Amino acid sequence: MDGDLVLEIPTDIQSIAAAVDYVMSRCVSCQVKAQKLNLNFRVGLTEALSNAMMYGNGADPSKNVVVELVMGEDQLQATVRDQGVGFDPASVPDPTLPENVSRPCGRGLFLMRELLDEVSYNDQGNEVTLVLRLESGGAFEGSASA
Amino acid sequence: MSFQVSKVNDVTLIEVEGQLIVGNRQELKQGVLDKLESGDLKFVIDFANTDYIDSSGLGVLVSLSKKIREQGGELRLSSLNEDLRTLFELTKLDTLFRIADDKEQALEGF
Repeated sequence: MDGDLVLEIPTDIQSIAAAVDYVMSRCVSCQVKAQKLNLNFRVGLTEALSNAMMYGNGADPSKNVVVELVMGEDQLQATVRDQGVGFDPASVPDPTLPENVSRPCGRGLFLMRELLDEVSYNDQGNEVTLVLRLESGGAFEGSASA
Repeated sequence: MSFQVSKVNDVTLIEVEGQLIVGNRQELKQGVLDKLESGDLKFVIDFANTDYIDSSGLGVLVSLSKKIREQGGELRLSSLNEDLRTLFELTKLDTLFRIADDKEQALEGF
């Protein structure tokens, strides 16, 4: 389908911004409200890539991350897959709890869930699928379930 | 990302330009820690020219706030645009930081 792409990126945190910019450039023709696309999808994709590289691939430059973008009729879907052993997303604590707010980490997954309509992992935990629906509405609608 | 450091009375003003993300957060962190080590205790980080902060960037700000407080100092933030404000509100970091509309407001009453 027009706009679909598959991107394989080496693990290099310096390349995340450029990779996200490229994926976003392929989304300009979709019907998601610009603000929702530019914040919700950009943040979600950036966090997914960062997690894949830093935690999934352990910052190992010999490992790659694969991004697949599918522009459906009513949704935008990105899948991010790393070469790591996977993890249990349920094990990540809620960073907004009072006892966790002062912790320096743990907000990436939370932001993905808050800003996207769907966030789901494969059984192994090394592949995440992000979905943003192409419906009208505020930029910050989301609250996906894992 | 780049940042300019200046002194306004006894407050260290750090004006960030560009995105604060996983690839550059250590640079800002070290810059602030160097100033803390040299005795500065009052800090304002201004984001008037920043359009995006990722979760790693947020984490660095949390870490810096803690270290500065441990030394008896304070870190304030200023000039967050609407999107950044939303990220802070979603993550409840608006309860952790004193956030001003602009750097002048942040510098007042220090």
